[in-house]
Amino acid sequence: MTYVSLDVAQLALAASLILVNGAVSWAFALGLERTLFINAVRMTVQLALIGFVLKWIFEQTSPLWTLGLALIMVIIAGFEIVSRLSRKPKGIEAYLLGSGTLLIVGTLATVFAVAGLIGPDPWYQPRYVLPILGMVLGNAMTGIALTASTLIETAARERTAIEARLALGADRFTALDGTLRLALKTGLMPIINAMAASGVVALPGMMTGQILAGLDPVEATKYQIMIMFVIAGATALGAVIAGYATVLLITDARHRLRLDKLHAPSSS
Amino acid sequence: MLRVEKLKIAGLPPLSFEVGDGECMGLEGPSGSGKTRLARALADLEPAVGHIFVNGAERNETPPPEWRHLVRYLSAEPGWWTDTPREAFHGDPDSVKVQQRLLASLNLSPGLLDKSVSILSTGERQRLALVLALIDDPPVIVLDEPTSALDPKNTALVEELLRYRLLAGSSILLISHDRTQIDRLSDLRLQLAPLESDTAAPERMR
Repeated sequence: MTYVSLDVAQLALAASLILVNGAVSWAFALGLERTLFINAVRMTVQLALIGFVLKWIFEQTSPLWTLGLALIMVIIAGFEIVSRLSRKPKGIEAYLLGSGTLLIVGTLATVFAVAGLIGPDPWYQPRYVLPILGMVLGNAMTGIALTASTLIETAARERTAIEARLALGADRFTALDGTLRLALKTGLMPIINAMAASGVVALPGMMTGQILAGLDPVEATKYQIMIMFVIAGATALGAVIAGYATVLLITDARHRLRLDKLHAPSSS
Repeated sequence: MLRVEKLKIAGLPPLSFEVGDGECMGLEGPSGSGKTRLARALADLEPAVGHIFVNGAERNETPPPEWRHLVRYLSAEPGWWTDTPREAFHGDPDSVKVQQRLLASLNLSPGLLDKSVSILSTGERQRLALVLALIDDPPVIVLDEPTSALDPKNTALVEELLRYRLLAGSSILLISHDRTQIDRLSDLRLQLAPLESDTAAPERMR
């Protein structure tokens, strides 16, 4: 392995690049300095912590710890989905929607990829399960959040058209079919575009990581191709589940459009 | 026939009234008095506690899509979800015949059906939405300012059409800022007042 370790001084030198962002924010009066600083610290602490957590979990033999961390990842990603909605639903349904959808597609995609395709022995080893789950969650999360927020925003904008259809006797899924289609299309766009850019414009993170760690590039791309298909499948399934669930969330059993179940739009 | 029993809509006194077959009830009240909310609640587009009956069917026991064939609500600014009006209509031969009759009675050329909704005038859209609302012959018709965008000539055509619906036995609930229109068409008048009053009951005009 041709692996070069980084020390703290080298990291500190890299961190000084944050000053570039700070300078841009200051020069253009963006007012982002505070957010920037907080998020930079947050990123560093989160990554450092997860490094130690993963190291510890890799040393354990019990799959329970792996499962525990996987659940925490799913729940946090669920919160992230809700935070990306410009109009948040009242109550906890939105969190259940986000985390529930991720739980389904994260489990299916990870088990399929690790147990079905890679097949280490035993298959539930954390060093396979957790990184794959992380990549699936990160991408599915984007697709789900885009689908849900497009659906909510479009329904709010097209309210009179949707209610016109309801008033003429359409059920809620018929009245929202065009809205759902647009939302799914929007939600699937990033992963479809990512496939086109992979290897030409962008060298995907996992592949890059494996190459930096000394793996043969051809072997690394095989892993990357596999994971792209797993991610694409997970995102599509997640977008569909979240799309239907969001339709249910913004309507009620009497087939009414219930935008009053949403908070007022937030400006952020 | 439309019968409403102790219908409670947030911010309004409980309402009970009856509109018989072939009768029209005018709905009056200042802006914000809840006319539109009552209209929407009748079509079950807005939550409300209480009973609504149409020809023996009860709202809560009827699936909403079916209920909205019994109580047809036409909003003051009807929305369109298709590029052309024709796509919004069902294409079965029976309804095409009714559609042609309704279009003619409202002075709308059939050619309008294939124009983009976005280039139609507000008045054309309003009358086309009325055609769409009446095409399946709903027994109760709830109209929110149906002639707000129309000139006197077309307003008269709409009123003529509504009179014809009344003669055929429909019940109509009419919201209009034009008091003389309510006088011309209505048998009953319901005055919605701000919340201070604890009851509201319709008065018979003729």
